[in-house]
Amino acid sequence: MSTHPTPPETPSASAPGAEILLRALKDQGVEVVFGYPGGAVLPIYDAIFRQNAIRHILVRHEQAAVHAAEGYARSTGRVGVVLVTSGPGATNAVTGLVDALMDSIPVVCLTGQVPTHLIGNDAFQEADTTGITRPATKHNYLVKRGEDLARVVHEAFYVARSGRPGPVVVDLPKDILIGAAPYTPPPTAPHRSYRPQTEPNADAIARAVALLKGAKRPVIYTGGGVINAGTEASEALRSFVRRTGFPCTSTLMGLGAYPASDPQFLGMLGMHGTYEANLAMHGCDVMLNVGARFDDRVTGKLAAFSPGSRKIHVDIDPSSINKNVPVDVAIVGDAGRTLLALLRAWDADAAEPDRAALAEWWRQIDAWRGKDALRYTQPQTKGAVIKPQYAIQRLYQLTREAGRETFISTEVGQHQMWAAQFFKFEQPNRWMTSGGLGTMGYGLPAAMGVQIAHPDALVIDIAGEASILMNIQEMATLAQYRLPVKVFILNNRYMGMVRQWQELLHGGRYSESYSAALPDFVKLAESFHATGLHARSVDELDGVIRAMLEAPGPVIADIAVDEKENCFPMIPSGAPHNEMILGPEHEADAAGIADAGLVLV
Amino acid sequence: MRRESPMPVSCWCSSMSGEAGGGYRSATISVLVDNEAGVLARVIGLFSGRGYNIDSLTVAPVEDGGQRSRINIVTSGTQMVIEQIKAQLDRLVPVHRIADLTQLGPHIAREMALIKIVAPAGDKRAEALRLADAFRARVVDATTESFVFEMTGSTDKLDAFVALMRPLGLAEVSRTGVAAMARGPRAI
Ligand SMILES: Cc1ncc(C[n+]2csc(CCOP(=O)(O)OP(=O)(O)O)c2C)c(N)n1
Ligand SMILES: [Mg+2]
Repeated sequence: MSTHPTPPETPSASAPGAEILLRALKDQGVEVVFGYPGGAVLPIYDAIFRQNAIRHILVRHEQAAVHAAEGYARSTGRVGVVLVTSGPGATNAVTGLVDALMDSIPVVCLTGQVPTHLIGNDAFQEADTTGITRPATKHNYLVKRGEDLARVVHEAFYVARSGRPGPVVVDLPKDILIGAAPYTPPPTAPHRSYRPQTEPNADAIARAVALLKGAKRPVIYTGGGVINAGTEASEALRSFVRRTGFPCTSTLMGLGAYPASDPQFLGMLGMHGTYEANLAMHGCDVMLNVGARFDDRVTGKLAAFSPGSRKIHVDIDPSSINKNVPVDVAIVGDAGRTLLALLRAWDADAAEPDRAALAEWWRQIDAWRGKDALRYTQPQTKGAVIKPQYAIQRLYQLTREAGRETFISTEVGQHQMWAAQFFKFEQPNRWMTSGGLGTMGYGLPAAMGVQIAHPDALVIDIAGEASILMNIQEMATLAQYRLPVKVFILNNRYMGMVRQWQELLHGGRYSESYSAALPDFVKLAESFHATGLHARSVDELDGVIRAMLEAPGPVIADIAVDEKENCFPMIPSGAPHNEMILGPEHEADAAGIADAGLVLV
Repeated sequence: MRRESPMPVSCWCSSMSGEAGGGYRSATISVLVDNEAGVLARVIGLFSGRGYNIDSLTVAPVEDGGQRSRINIVTSGTQMVIEQIKAQLDRLVPVHRIADLTQLGPHIAREMALIKIVAPAGDKRAEALRLADAFRARVVDATTESFVFEMTGSTDKLDAFVALMRPLGLAEVSRTGVAAMARGPRAI
């Protein structure tokens, strides 16, 4: 057995644990911590008070601290840091942790804990934080001895950002924070057991290129892994897609890795993906998946998923490969390095791709594209109801005209899908959405974290009127730190996505999905020291968007949209890709929904 | 016959579609882990959280200083599920190495059982002792109305012995679960 024990670093002079903790954070390059104080972490707040290197952003709910750290991480490629107290502070953070786990976002969450001698005694504000967060994190630690503190903090950062990134909890008993602890700098030796493979296997690359060169109907399907692998990975993807001339589609999480305006981009795939992307996936003969995980929102009915294709799967996490869909070529590695290796091997291989077949494939794809499955009709008469798709399209166009660097976050529901369909991302790290967990309440705190990282950028949370209420308290954080986040609510007065499923799958029984007793969002904004705007009809829309973009501070723009609009295309849960439901604009092609869809989520 | 498990057993089978996953098989997997707090909970949580079966699980420190432990897991599933289990185990931070002994070739898998028979003097008592002798079970405790046998062997052998003891006054069974390693020079 080969082990590489870390050579003992010479510990430097000891100091109270809380100070050692801050020193470790500083050495990890941490500039911002999102947190909320409490008894167990008071020693850390004391240490924060006495220094200036690390900025603390006081959120209004611990869940929001984690989403803010996620927004920070996703928009910068760095590790987001959270600090919460024991007991309720830690349990409130759990939703955020699972969100980060599902979407592979690097977060380190420091939780306070009761003193070691009280652990297990049901002490005040004690919770079994490592027990509760074990399945909610990539890894977690309970620091039981001062001499482990610095090492564990450094390790937490390493684990959070390495391989497939994810959230890591470090549980810190109060006596450890008060007692003296030695400092050790970040280790230089490899970790004793966790060493993810980043370099792809040359043999697998060769087999992949052989398949790709012989493809007649290829498709490249990319996911959040490309974003996580850094901007170089997006660059490598662009080069590879252009070199091959192949069509490229993306998951919800991968949007922006390949420019949306490029003609080789087919748009998003999956449950609410484009007609052309899903049919290309269904009909392809060779599929190259880079950094996506064959999620059920993408595959639909597994047995009918892309039945005629040979599949190549690139993922840094070996457990993602052959999990749902058996593949022909498995490549474990970093998305960026693998794409560069594929590019080199593609160039080195003398074989010519089948250009005639490719041209024929593109003709087919263009025919699908011609269907324009995202089509909708916006009446322009004065007083006409705003179509939600149109609101996003105008938001997109007017932000483009404004020409500022723009970041978009979303809540969860129809508005999220319309944002993914109609807002075009040209670059990675500009799009923050809760994909895997689908957490309502994600968007506002995530936007907050993005704005902290990019103070001069335009940051917009595209929201639903139901979701926004789940973390609305963060408006106070925006006010306190003068964060000019814009909240753009597509207010359809329904939990629209729930209403849509009830309409399509539950006989129109709209059980508990009406957003009754909504607040007056304009007054709500004003009471949080922000600007409140509202648009009631299509003629008011552009003016409101412009006013929102011009306002120097935070804004809530309440956009009243068509209450009955559904999000199409839609592949019902459990249906294959070629049984997509198209919208009312395509009435004639509507397909039935399988009963099996009823039991699926 | 369903055998007692030394650890809580997760009982629903994976939802993995059988056709894609190939045939159902049993696998004995050894995992070398850092002997740190929570590592066993991590492994068990992985199995229960993802709906994998645990037929047997043993764990004990195996290195000087107790820094590392070896976990032996007997599980079952389609080939695809077993590959998943290995990949999921391998990505746990404190896991150093895993070995699918069933796949690697011939291996030895043994467990130990303590088996208590309550039988006053008579035919049953004599029969139990005779069978114990045939199975090479050792008597480690005896009173005028009871025995405790200690027996080491494969799971099948222990199962068979326990089944034979049932009509002869079987009162209690305590089993260790499987310890396993590959035959020949190969080490984990
Ligand atoms: C925390 C949480 N609870 C429940 C759900 C289930 N859910 C998904 S979408 C949705 C409705 C969202 O309504 P709204 O924010 O108004 O968005 P819309 O679909 O109307 O655009 C609900 C309840 C969820 N995703 N997250
Ligand atoms: Mg709504």
